[in-house]
Amino acid sequence: MNVVLGQFFPGTSVLHRLDPRTKLLLTLVLIVCIFLVRGFLGYGVLFLFILLAARESKVRLKTLFKAVRPILFIIALTVVLNVFFATGGTVLVRWSFVTITKEGLINSAYMALRLILLVLGTQLLTLTTSPIALTDGLERLMSPLRRVGFPAHELAMMMSIALRFIPTLTEEADKIIKAQKARGADFESGSLVKRARAMLPILVPLFVSAFRRADELALAMEARCYRGGEHRTRMRILRFTRLDTLAFGLTGLVLALGVWLPV
Amino acid sequence: MKDRSTRDEIIRVEQVCFAYPGQQAQVLDAVNLSVGAGEFLAILGHNGSGKSTLAKLLNALFVPSSGKVYVDGIDTGDADRVWDVRRVCGMVFQNPDNQLVATVVEEDVAFGLENLGIPAPEIRPRVEDALAAVGMGEYALSAPHMLSGGQKQRIAIAGVLAMRPRVIVFDEATAMLDPAGRDSVMDVVLRLCREEGITMVWITHFMEEAALADRLILMDQGRVAMEGAPREVFARVEAVRALGLDVPEMAELGQRLNKRGLELPEGILTTREMVVALCRLKSGT
Repeated sequence: MNVVLGQFFPGTSVLHRLDPRTKLLLTLVLIVCIFLVRGFLGYGVLFLFILLAARESKVRLKTLFKAVRPILFIIALTVVLNVFFATGGTVLVRWSFVTITKEGLINSAYMALRLILLVLGTQLLTLTTSPIALTDGLERLMSPLRRVGFPAHELAMMMSIALRFIPTLTEEADKIIKAQKARGADFESGSLVKRARAMLPILVPLFVSAFRRADELALAMEARCYRGGEHRTRMRILRFTRLDTLAFGLTGLVLALGVWLPV
Repeated sequence: MKDRSTRDEIIRVEQVCFAYPGQQAQVLDAVNLSVGAGEFLAILGHNGSGKSTLAKLLNALFVPSSGKVYVDGIDTGDADRVWDVRRVCGMVFQNPDNQLVATVVEEDVAFGLENLGIPAPEIRPRVEDALAAVGMGEYALSAPHMLSGGQKQRIAIAGVLAMRPRVIVFDEATAMLDPAGRDSVMDVVLRLCREEGITMVWITHFMEEAALADRLILMDQGRVAMEGAPREVFARVEAVRALGLDVPEMAELGQRLNKRGLELPEGILTTREMVVALCRLKSGT
């Protein structure tokens, strides 16, 4: 079975060549800015910026927008809640207990835009950064926190092992499902509760096996002299280049513009 | 093949007993063993004979309950030198999936070197060399889950090889592979042993693999039951059978033919040898 790890889309664009730390930090700043922007103009600037960045990285817009689909329901819910339950402001429609105000409409549009921008920004990050670069970047960004006892290396190691074993466990789950089906198990019909209960015979063996794997992996890691993050070197060295400085400058300017633009 | 008596000793196991913590039963009972540098030693035994436990004692994953294990002169019981022992004596496990750590092949091979604190510029060439040595150079950037079992096992060997060990212990490393994967792993191991002089301790229950070793040890109930060159050991068909093990098919055929009055030479292990011996017999030379 071919499982794609994460959703990394290999390439050689500027976005791909940026240091993962740069991309992580800039995504973080972008997220903060999304909540600081005051009006539609600002959102327009951020939106355009993400689209241009995506274009530069040769990521297809369809792939980029795929990320929005799973949260459509959440967006719809937020919009509905904001439209119907906003209080105060200019009343546009009043019908029995429902009141729709101008402010409510605008606020719900802002919320929807924020959610969409959030997802698009992070999607762009994961599309242009390999999982291994991401965990590397995270480990190094968090490593100053090690001094106050934060397990930066351990977290990164856990993430990378989880990524490594996702396809293995998916494959195994698939095998177990087939084995159960061959013996007449039914996962497709019946009520939600019934179907959930039918999953139990899959989860139990999967968990047992995951623990056994963890045990063996720990032994194998020890046999290869793994003793935590201390004294450990890395094959891949992350280096900030002029490209990163440029990215910081450009993104900084665009985001500043977005935040500065009036309502 | 060098004679064993002229080899330097790389592993010495002295009167080792071992019981798992909290259990009474002795898994190993006063085992003595000596492995020469560059030797290909196969350890055979049925399930529960203690062969896997013995393997884990060789690189300090387990420490003997009593007795001593020396690897390259280092006592594995010395807590300060555990990492030196594991650096000298690498290990390849049975399940290829459960010993690969990273999502990319080259990162996995680099894992051991990173753990040893090797400086970054030195890591990459060593990783490339190790991958080339197991014939997996072109897969450096692949994801492990896309590879076959035999390929994964060769990656695991590369990961150990990059650490430049003197001994590699294989704990039933081919048990989960298909015949093609098993052959590819065996080829790599034999070549590394002959060309690089790396000592191989090969734990298995496949007789055909064991027949390729320089020396065989048969384990039974935590003891060394038989020991010798494969030809000597497998010639004693009855004794091997008594330990619950099989002999290679040709060794058995040879013995049966001998009983029927054909005068075949002792120690035939492969089909090829059998064919040659039978042809000789027929032509009367």
